[in-house]
Amino acid sequence: MAENITNETIDYVSILAKLELTGEEREGARRDMCRMLEYIDKLNELDTQGVEPMSHVFPLQNVFREDEITGGDGSGDTLKNAPGERDNMFVVPRTFE
Amino acid sequence: MEKTEILRLSAVGLGAAVRAGKTTAVEAMEAVLGQIEEHDGEYRCYVTVDREGALRKAALVQKRIEAGELTGPLAGVPVALKDNLCTAGMRTTCSSRMLENYVPAFSAEAVRNLEKAGAVTIGKTNMDEFAMGSTTETSYFGATKNPRNPGHVPGGSSGGSAAAVAARECFFALGSDTGGSIRQPASYCGVVGMKPTYGTVSRYGLVAYGSSLDQIGPLTGNVEDCAVVLEQIASYDRKDSTSLRREDTDFSRALVEDVKGMRIGIPQDYFREGLDPQVRAAVLKAADVLREKGAVTEEFDLSLVEYAIPAYYTIASAEASSNLERFDGIKYGFRAGGEEGLHQMYKKTRSLGFGPEVKRRIMLGSFVLSSGYYDAYYLKALRVKAMIKEAFDRAFAKYDCILGPVAPTTAPKLDASLSDPMKMYLGDIYTISVNLAGLPAISLPCGTDGRGLPIGLQLIGDSYQEKKLLRIAYTYERTGQANMKTLGL
Repeated sequence: MAENITNETIDYVSILAKLELTGEEREGARRDMCRMLEYIDKLNELDTQGVEPMSHVFPLQNVFREDEITGGDGSGDTLKNAPGERDNMFVVPRTFE
Repeated sequence: MEKTEILRLSAVGLGAAVRAGKTTAVEAMEAVLGQIEEHDGEYRCYVTVDREGALRKAALVQKRIEAGELTGPLAGVPVALKDNLCTAGMRTTCSSRMLENYVPAFSAEAVRNLEKAGAVTIGKTNMDEFAMGSTTETSYFGATKNPRNPGHVPGGSSGGSAAAVAARECFFALGSDTGGSIRQPASYCGVVGMKPTYGTVSRYGLVAYGSSLDQIGPLTGNVEDCAVVLEQIASYDRKDSTSLRREDTDFSRALVEDVKGMRIGIPQDYFREGLDPQVRAAVLKAADVLREKGAVTEEFDLSLVEYAIPAYYTIASAEASSNLERFDGIKYGFRAGGEEGLHQMYKKTRSLGFGPEVKRRIMLGSFVLSSGYYDAYYLKALRVKAMIKEAFDRAFAKYDCILGPVAPTTAPKLDASLSDPMKMYLGDIYTISVNLAGLPAISLPCGTDGRGLPIGLQLIGDSYQEKKLLRIAYTYERTGQANMKTLGL
């Protein structure tokens, strides 16, 4: 399976990952991913038929709680970290023309 | 008390000395700050040291101790925090350009628990970027050096915390462990490190890497400190939906020097090719010591060991790619300049803000979660995880604890690991399956190799069985077989 990693795959994955790779980085990423997936393919040696995928080690179901306000209005402190801030709001680049 | 006399104390020892009026929280803080001044230019354990804030808080804590308001074992004791633990008002960088100037508006629950206990934060320790790495060399701020031998790495990803404990630049530290990130640096630096059962310490305020695997834990100079610190940071927290309600977090009660009749399993699969002969000899010697103290040891086959690394890197990368989506240059952290529009800004920000190892894992994670590959890679890894958990369940039906090495070698030289990421990943072989199965495990020194580099012993327990591990570790430590020298004092 690992040999299927083409430049097109890398381009597609970098869109999903929201990363922009330069030519050299792109080739490096392809090489690294091939090596990793080749190694991960080792898992195919194991017969996992009938084994339930385990996402959590303890049998936890959805954990709900009341939606109560406990922290108060932290907008001032929160906005202090914003790369762009105006009138108590986040400034973002233009999203449509 | 003299500075060197203070620095020789354990965390618990210092707490007792402060309560007895032999020294003060301020004197203790001055002593570690002096130590940092003297040595951290070379070791670079810290990313941020808040000198004034630390002394001010120490003075406040001292008053509260004198007023009888703070009576716990860690009151007045200076602590170092891994820089992925949020600290209100103190920058939290994850050793990444992405968060270089991020100042959280809140503190991690584990940090709050320590503050309530009167421990005083010194600063934030260096780590692999976003905890991805095994050497602390992927840090945006440069590598930390191993205080036992500065030509070598301290391990990682909690390398700054482990090195700070070894160099006595703190009295204890917190780290986080996703695939061995507390235990392996503890092993390389000759200190004690513990990863508790998943859910024992709240992950609220820990910057997420692999959420189903991450757990906060202590790095300390000895086993007693480890138990006491864990007791303070463990708590049920409704802000972490995977938090456990446990009644048995009085871990210091496990500090009993007695292993008679305890059953210790030695997995043969942990002693095969790739294991350094000196590490092997030291770990097996530790098993002999425990047998002489009355434990019953037996070799067995754990099985599936070689499948843990591929399963882990699939699951951890998948979770990382999802968790790190939040770093988009909008709400906090780094934003790349330019006015090209939203999506271009996202891509530029992430490409410039993340280092190579982080990008590598985000790419792999995005791939294994992508449509068409999800079943073959991600779900497959989750099925293997279930099988690994079952293998441990079978072992713990027979044994109180599993004993083995922490890592195949002692600390590698600086600049020797990053050129071959696969090789670096293979170094996690003995630690990783513990995270997949959510189990507790402790790393403690059991000797040194020919170059004087520390060797770590790993004890793995069944879920909720930290006390058994602490008891065995404490008994071993008390034999004095492998106690590390306190450095530079």
